Amino acid sequence: MMNNSIAAIAVDGLRVVRGSRTVLDGLSFEVRRGSVTGLLGPSGSGKTTVMRAIVGVQKIAGGGVEVLGHPAGSSPLRSRVGYVTQAPSVYADLTVAENLRYFAAVLGAPSGDVGRVVGEVGLEEYVDSLIASLSGGQRARVSLAAALLGTPELLVLDEPTVGLDPVLRRDLWRLFHELAGAGTTLLISSHVMDEAVRCDRLLLLRDGRLLADDEPTALLAQTGTADVEAAFLALVEGESRNTTTVEVTS
Amino acid sequence: MNMRCTLATARRVLAQLRHDHRTLALLLVVPCVLIALLAWVFDGTPVFDVIGAPLLGVFPFVVMFLVTSVATLRERTSGTLERLLTMPIGKLDFLLGYALAFGALAVVQASVASGLALFVLGLDVAGPAWLLLTVAVLDAVLGMALGLFVSAFAASEFQAVQFMPAIVLPQFLLCGLLVPREKMNDVLHAISDVLPLSYAVDAMRSVTLSASVQGDVWRDLLVVAGAVVLALGLGAATLRRRSA
Repeated sequence: MMNNSIAAIAVDGLRVVRGSRTVLDGLSFEVRRGSVTGLLGPSGSGKTTVMRAIVGVQKIAGGGVEVLGHPAGSSPLRSRVGYVTQAPSVYADLTVAENLRYFAAVLGAPSGDVGRVVGEVGLEEYVDSLIASLSGGQRARVSLAAALLGTPELLVLDEPTVGLDPVLRRDLWRLFHELAGAGTTLLISSHVMDEAVRCDRLLLLRDGRLLADDEPTALLAQTGTADVEAAFLALVEGESRNTTTVEVTS
Repeated sequence: MNMRCTLATARRVLAQLRHDHRTLALLLVVPCVLIALLAWVFDGTPVFDVIGAPLLGVFPFVVMFLVTSVATLRERTSGTLERLLTMPIGKLDFLLGYALAFGALAVVQASVASGLALFVLGLDVAGPAWLLLTVAVLDAVLGMALGLFVSAFAASEFQAVQFMPAIVLPQFLLCGLLVPREKMNDVLHAISDVLPLSYAVDAMRSVTLSASVQGDVWRDLLVVAGAVVLALGLGAATLRRRSA
């Protein structure tokens, strides 16, 4: 009970089945308020499905997800959780400002918010550009800006830094930590393992199951590896050895 | 129901159209070209006066059906709908926003086409022009509502476009324009009785033939309006916050 009041996200035995495939099989973890948590794993490991379950747009077959003390996706959460999908979900035939003004109106965000978020993602000079004329990275930043509107308490970001140049990536991670410093909780997925060191805590996901739920330094120490990529490999190999042992003994 | 979200959505849809000059031009010009072509084809015969008004209702119906089914499908496939459904906007707010924007467009479209038919092409209708316009706008709104609904069943633009002949053409064949509904056999007549376009065309026919505004027209319009509400309701039911 005490734990629940601290956790921004509490996932308990989450199961998601798509067709005949079990995408997530009894996943459980918690995300602390005000932290930057990295959800890492290869493509197809179930990262997006976890995030969709947290924002409440995923049909689930079992288990539960609680966000900020409410069932995931329930109406009190809709202006308190910001979600950025992997593909930028903004209107290509509108300008940056028109997109943001619309989402701000839907969220009931204060009028100065559009200017603020444009500044936070560094798109000031593109405010009146059509989304269709922007690069992929710029579109991704507009999509991120839309999620920052109304200053949500939880940000769920699905691969927000893919395809961005290193300077921008550094700036965005700086922004993420500033937001966390101000009390926002961030869950950020990535398949780039080197982004892991920028997180307070890591969730390593593979085939819909958690390989690890730890701090980056603790993870490296535990696996005796120098980087997260190697730690991931060590965990995968350790797991398959365990499986083999089980098969031999049974 | 949240007026702020509905109006914001309507404004946003109109802004999208404003950026898309070609679509806007097509929406306004195509019905005019068709109605002018019709007048020309039947030049010197009484046919244009008989079917001109009903077709003034049918063209916007078809065009709006197509435009809205593709527009909402794009909203589903681009991920913007999923984003919106995580936000504090009701499904009905979203649909009514679309209805408001395309409804406003329908007023402009129907006014231009009706104005051309009445004042340039000399279409002769016994009833008042405002009633002709009202029926035409309601037909356009019906096309829009059906387009919103069927877009839920299309996974791609290819499928969405195929719904046009599937949903619109049977209604066109049975609405009484080609063969009067009272001359159809019982089965076809019964089918035409449950298709909303039949009532839209009946209303237009009343406007054509009768100078006074009779109860029949209001009944027909009420049926069409009911079909609009039903289609919007069904459309809202197809919007699911959670998907596989």
